[in-house]
Amino acid sequence: MITAERKPMEEIVECARNFSRVLLVGCNECVTVCAAGGRKEVGLLASALRMHFMKEGKNLEIIETTLERQCDPEYIDELADSVGQVDAVLSMACGCGVQEIARRYKDKHVFPMVNTKFMGASERQGVWAERCQGCGDCVLGITGGICPIARCSKRILNGPCGGSTGGKCEISPDVDCAWQLIWDRMKSLGQEDRYEEVMGARDWRTSRDGGPRRIIREDMAL
Amino acid sequence: MKTQSVLEKVLKSGNLAVTSECGPPRGTSAAAVREKAELLRGYCDGINVTDNQTAMVRMSSLAACILIRQMGLHSILQMTTRDKNRLALQSDILGAYAHEIDTVLCLSGDHPKFGDHPMASNVYDLDSVQLIQTVKQMRDDGKFQGGADIADPPKMFIGAAANPFADPFELRVARLAKKVNAGVDFIQTQCIYNVDKFEQWMEAVVKRGLHKEVYIMAGITPMKTAGMAHYMKKRVPGMDVPDEVVDRMASVPKEEMAEEGIKICIETIERLKKVEGVAGFHIMAIEWEEKVPEIVKRAGLYPRPEV
Amino acid sequence: MEKSNNTFEPVVVAFCCHYCAYTAADMAGSQRIAYPANVKIVRVPCSGKVDAIHLMKALEKGADGVYVAGCLEGDCHFNTGNIAASRKVTKVKILLDEIGIGSERIEMFLMSAGMGRRFAEVATEFTEKIRNLGPNPVKAAADKAVG
Repeated sequence: MITAERKPMEEIVECARNFSRVLLVGCNECVTVCAAGGRKEVGLLASALRMHFMKEGKNLEIIETTLERQCDPEYIDELADSVGQVDAVLSMACGCGVQEIARRYKDKHVFPMVNTKFMGASERQGVWAERCQGCGDCVLGITGGICPIARCSKRILNGPCGGSTGGKCEISPDVDCAWQLIWDRMKSLGQEDRYEEVMGARDWRTSRDGGPRRIIREDMAL
Repeated sequence: MKTQSVLEKVLKSGNLAVTSECGPPRGTSAAAVREKAELLRGYCDGINVTDNQTAMVRMSSLAACILIRQMGLHSILQMTTRDKNRLALQSDILGAYAHEIDTVLCLSGDHPKFGDHPMASNVYDLDSVQLIQTVKQMRDDGKFQGGADIADPPKMFIGAAANPFADPFELRVARLAKKVNAGVDFIQTQCIYNVDKFEQWMEAVVKRGLHKEVYIMAGITPMKTAGMAHYMKKRVPGMDVPDEVVDRMASVPKEEMAEEGIKICIETIERLKKVEGVAGFHIMAIEWEEKVPEIVKRAGLYPRPEV
Repeated sequence: MEKSNNTFEPVVVAFCCHYCAYTAADMAGSQRIAYPANVKIVRVPCSGKVDAIHLMKALEKGADGVYVAGCLEGDCHFNTGNIAASRKVTKVKILLDEIGIGSERIEMFLMSAGMGRRFAEVATEFTEKIRNLGPNPVKAAADKAVG
């Protein structure tokens, strides 16, 4: 999923300060699962904002809603009525959702309420960790199912580097050395002999380096 | 001979080679570079110039290499893949060779987190193994990594680092093999304090015959103080300093610590000379370059052979 | 803020677990142990059922202080509801500090069903603490705007 964290309250307050009516929009997908921008978080943030401004003697009117998906035009359309009633939209979705609102409602301010973090998995309740960088040319099949691009701090494809210590990365004892994990997996799969195959320089065009990416599926077109 | 590199000639001649290191200043003084390099004249076959070592901004490795080369000394261009993408790396190699710098060391580099710009983006377009491949392709095939022909290809003698002390230990020989597969010519190892462990690694290297495919130079760094020994043990990633080394440094009075550090260093060299597969020494006297001549002399590595 | 405002009677909302604090409140009553009338009790099936939004809404709607009372450690009828509640209280405390309301306006307490006296003490002490803090700044500002 795409993970996110609520922005610091100070920053949020500054976004909302100049408006008297805002629409606070959550998203039912990833940000709900990582408890950053779902229905619950919309309720909490709305309450916190109202209290903050009431305290200053200002009445901020907040329309609260949560869409099934903020990254899909058909759901964004549902907001048309409420967007018409407000001065600005505060989005609790990931960056994709914020941009979809901006694209659809061209004359309305939209502000992100969360910082979109990474594509990750839930390691345990309340802990999410980065797993994928969306490089566009997956190597997991030859790295034992562990991604060196997302999980090695230097995205080294022929690791581990000289900083790997006790299974941990040189940048922090809290970070696993991806290449230790890869090597452990290779061993348990009986693929030790494959380790010495050099992985050549990558073509990063499939990644962000090739410019903004699109997927076009003619078979899906209406 | 693959190149005109003096280091290659010395290694090929069968003599124990000696390289040393010079960290460029955190400023613009060419005099500072020359002063350090001058201390090393006649005592080594090549001078490594570090590339923003420990991820701290310093004068560029290439610029300092050129200054040193202009003194008639042989500089070794260290390149980390942390700060530059493949365009910048390759263009630096062309520039270096144009200035008669013919030896390069390919590194991945310390993570920016350790330096004075922890907020910097880290590039890692290539890793150290891929940089070796790239330089080799430039030299042997006369082609850029992207495939285009190079006019007057750079004939670089290609080095890389190896850390026998990092984890997992069982991979440390395999990773060296990977660098050999990629086309590396010589290796400079991480500073050796745990000689037993180094010998264990070297034994495995020899067993696979890798020492016949690549020259391995043992890394040596003299300790100045017990505090430095302690710091290196605790704080430097991938460094293995056994307790007995720290204790030995701490066992002598403060004014004798420097001499004790030099002694340890010379004893280590003497012991390593007997280890099969050791082709030379890389003496990194960090901010202590003036001690290199003494170490080289006392370790019986002086004078340097004429090649 | 005027701490010695004699006319200020704080409104305190207490979310009380059915299996402990709520019963303890009953016991206090039957034993005739007095506790302030300021405390409005909301019975919940487990302290873990209290969500952050309930605490926020109570304050937003004018409570001056809010607390959650759950079972003693290890005694939760649903195993870990009290621990979950305490984490939520901590989270809301941080949020309240961020918006300038102050984390001391909410609290988590643990007690057993038999602790009638403890219930009364908690109710009294918390009410006094809120009395000293003065009115919820949200409500105070709203009153000022109206009056």
